[in-house]
Amino acid sequence: MTSLTNLTIAEARAKLKAREFSALELTESYISAIEQAKILNAYVAETPDQARAMAKASDTKLAKGEGGALEGIPLGIKDLFATKGVHTQACSHILDGFKPGYESTVTQNLWDAGAVMLGKLNMDEFAMGSSNETSYYGGVTNPWRRHNSNAALVPGGSSGGSATAVAAHICAAATATDTGGSIRQPAAFTGTVGIKPTYGRVSRWGTVAFASSLDQAGPITRDVRDAAIMLRAMASVDDKDTTSVDLPVPDYEKAIGKSIKGLRIGIPKEYRPDGLSAEINAVWDKGAQWLKEQGAEIVEISLPHTKYALPAYYIVAPAEASSNLARYDGVRYGLRVPGDDLIDTYEKTRATGLGKEVQRRVMIGTYVLSAGYYDAYYVKAQKVRTLIKQDFDKAWAKVDVVLTPATPSAAFAPGEITDPVQMYLNDIFTVTVNMAGLPGIAVPAGLSSQGLPLGLQLIGKPFDEETLFQTAHVIEQAAGKFTAKSWW
Amino acid sequence: MSVDEKTVRRVARLARIKVADSELPKLAGELNVILNFVEQLNEVNVENVEPLTSVVELNMKKRKDVVTDGHYPKAIIQNAAASEDDFFVVPKVVE
Repeated sequence: MTSLTNLTIAEARAKLKAREFSALELTESYISAIEQAKILNAYVAETPDQARAMAKASDTKLAKGEGGALEGIPLGIKDLFATKGVHTQACSHILDGFKPGYESTVTQNLWDAGAVMLGKLNMDEFAMGSSNETSYYGGVTNPWRRHNSNAALVPGGSSGGSATAVAAHICAAATATDTGGSIRQPAAFTGTVGIKPTYGRVSRWGTVAFASSLDQAGPITRDVRDAAIMLRAMASVDDKDTTSVDLPVPDYEKAIGKSIKGLRIGIPKEYRPDGLSAEINAVWDKGAQWLKEQGAEIVEISLPHTKYALPAYYIVAPAEASSNLARYDGVRYGLRVPGDDLIDTYEKTRATGLGKEVQRRVMIGTYVLSAGYYDAYYVKAQKVRTLIKQDFDKAWAKVDVVLTPATPSAAFAPGEITDPVQMYLNDIFTVTVNMAGLPGIAVPAGLSSQGLPLGLQLIGKPFDEETLFQTAHVIEQAAGKFTAKSWW
Repeated sequence: MSVDEKTVRRVARLARIKVADSELPKLAGELNVILNFVEQLNEVNVENVEPLTSVVELNMKKRKDVVTDGHYPKAIIQNAAASEDDFFVVPKVVE
């Protein structure tokens, strides 16, 4: 018999409903799998007792033929989401011991749908990173390794714990967040599916803020159908978030299996920079070919301001972060390092509690917002952002969806990238999507010559996640699914 | 534009992050790498371009200015490093 942890959400859902096994049995399988996978360091807090209690409650409902869309499905939750009475620290030292007295809207929606919480997942500190190496709890190991190598690789970031947990089958699916690529890049590095929905589709209430105009939560899952199931459950219209958009949440699963005949797929020439690896180019071409074979029309497009998205992002995101992270002052929650007076207490607390990368970004943000520099940096970056958005607005007149690589490379080794700007370049293909507020999905498309997953990205019109699921499923059908061989 | 040690000292103070004098040169170097990277934006002509303030063109939701939540001070202070009688306690700021 196949291990229960190998089932997708859709498969487990059907078998739970048919009572082939109980929600408690499924949860117990995951709890043992987590025990055996400690070496990956994907979880920073495990909640087995809570998981068992939730699974038992699901079994009661399932026995009566009741239950929500995720009844009895065990999930991992990124440490960025507030979970009542449970470790919520954004993997930062400065939030030591923080246990919120409230639940984030996203996780509440999941529990209302019947999901079971296995624990909190590792991530880059405050979601600032592309390799999970900035976590106060240490790095996460990618379940994937190069052919004939035992060397550890990073899972990407910031949702590195989420991507690893899904790829290693130590949760059925995970929540994640994406400010510049933090769902899609780790999904691409681990052979999983990750979608960042349109800004405003998922409530940000109760999610630790990084850059408020860019942050959006979404799922990381084993396949496209599971991503559709998860996003439907996570998304909602929420009065507690003024940027939550007043649109009904569609049944995304219905888009899966729909023909893409006549769909216009844009291939932006600016996403083929000099020096882009031949392997990435090849997987991109192959993706376009698969879509063409299914009746889609391939259209060359231009998004001329692509190159400026990353530099503009590294003004806007740190600026918003410096403001959002001002609340960590050692007074209301988390770490306090006593000083000579109040200011000294603030300064010592923040110097000790915030990691190096976070300090760098807070300082960059403080600088670009400071008197005399605000117009030159921040306002300029917001103007460039308008141009990036206009590039896409023009493209939508010609195409329905845009196809690009998800990342410029496959997963790399811990310590391999030490220069901050080199690390930032990981998000070169994903960050434009956040700057324009659009939905983007990363879907596995093949393996590199070294045996590592490579992903493609599809970018959609605002609130057109359905076309992304429809198109991503076609790629998935052609490419197949990729599972890491267990060595842990 | 690039930052010198004096500017880094000022920015660290504004950001309320304690930085030792010995760390200033390294930090200035790191910040300048990032600032040089974002200099690329000078190539872009932004004349007559409005800054983007919202990616979704919708009016901000409004609600009546009434109390919808609250009255649980214990829950508010439960995570504080120091508290007394439902107040946050900080080092003395007024002599």
